[in-house]
Amino acid sequence: MSMKTSTRQVDGVTIVDCSGRITLGEGSVILRDTVRELLSKGQKKILLNLGEVTYIDSSGIGELVSAFTTVRNQGGELKLLNLTKKVHDLLQITKLYTVFDVRDDEASAVKAFS
Amino acid sequence: MTELRVSYTLDSTLETVDSAEQTASRIAAESGFDEDVVMQISMAVREAAVNAVLHGNAYDPDKKVKLDFERTGNDLVITIRDQGKGLDLAKIPDPLAPENLMKTSGRGIFLIRSFMDEVQIHPSQTGTEIKLVKHVHGPSGDVKEASQ
Repeated sequence: MSMKTSTRQVDGVTIVDCSGRITLGEGSVILRDTVRELLSKGQKKILLNLGEVTYIDSSGIGELVSAFTTVRNQGGELKLLNLTKKVHDLLQITKLYTVFDVRDDEASAVKAFS
Repeated sequence: MTELRVSYTLDSTLETVDSAEQTASRIAAESGFDEDVVMQISMAVREAAVNAVLHGNAYDPDKKVKLDFERTGNDLVITIRDQGKGLDLAKIPDPLAPENLMKTSGRGIFLIRSFMDEVQIHPSQTGTEIKLVKHVHGPSGDVKEASQ
């Protein structure tokens, strides 16, 4: 299953519902393009819902880091929501879990944006 | 485990990366490793295949990736060879170092080493060979015997 994203707005926050695989090639490109498009429209509060992401490789991890840095450099915020155990474990062993603001409840995650 | 030896010669494409991952997943599952370990093995193979296709062969259509699986009584041994210039081991960064933490690449070898029991990397002028080993730890360990 390839990567798919859909976006919705909740209280000024753009929630990106991601599903499928964030891997080298199409998956990483789709995530990159989605974040870039949101930034170009001035939507800088981004909550990536990874609850339906089934697989992520080192390229996908790199893409999450890139998205986080890109959004922050433009004065925005990017948070992660609903990590699966696989993604959670990957972020733990790469020591990125504490870098990202990781949330497991959508409503409180939305409120956490400044 | 039933012994097995199988070899694939693959093009330097992204499809090869997906194919290597899927084959590794299937063979690891057939070998009786549990779901989490199957995921670790398939991800390690995927990362090794990415290195071979991208960094080794650089998508060169004239260069191939060789993928071998060998299952013995004690181990699942997977070997990935490319035909590139040879990986410079001194240039492999530590992705956990503070200065590298926010880099967007450089985590592949680290993940491979995290997921496999043994990792041997043999670079040469005619390519890089990476050997990945996952041990069978017995019924109380990572492997459940499918026949039991």
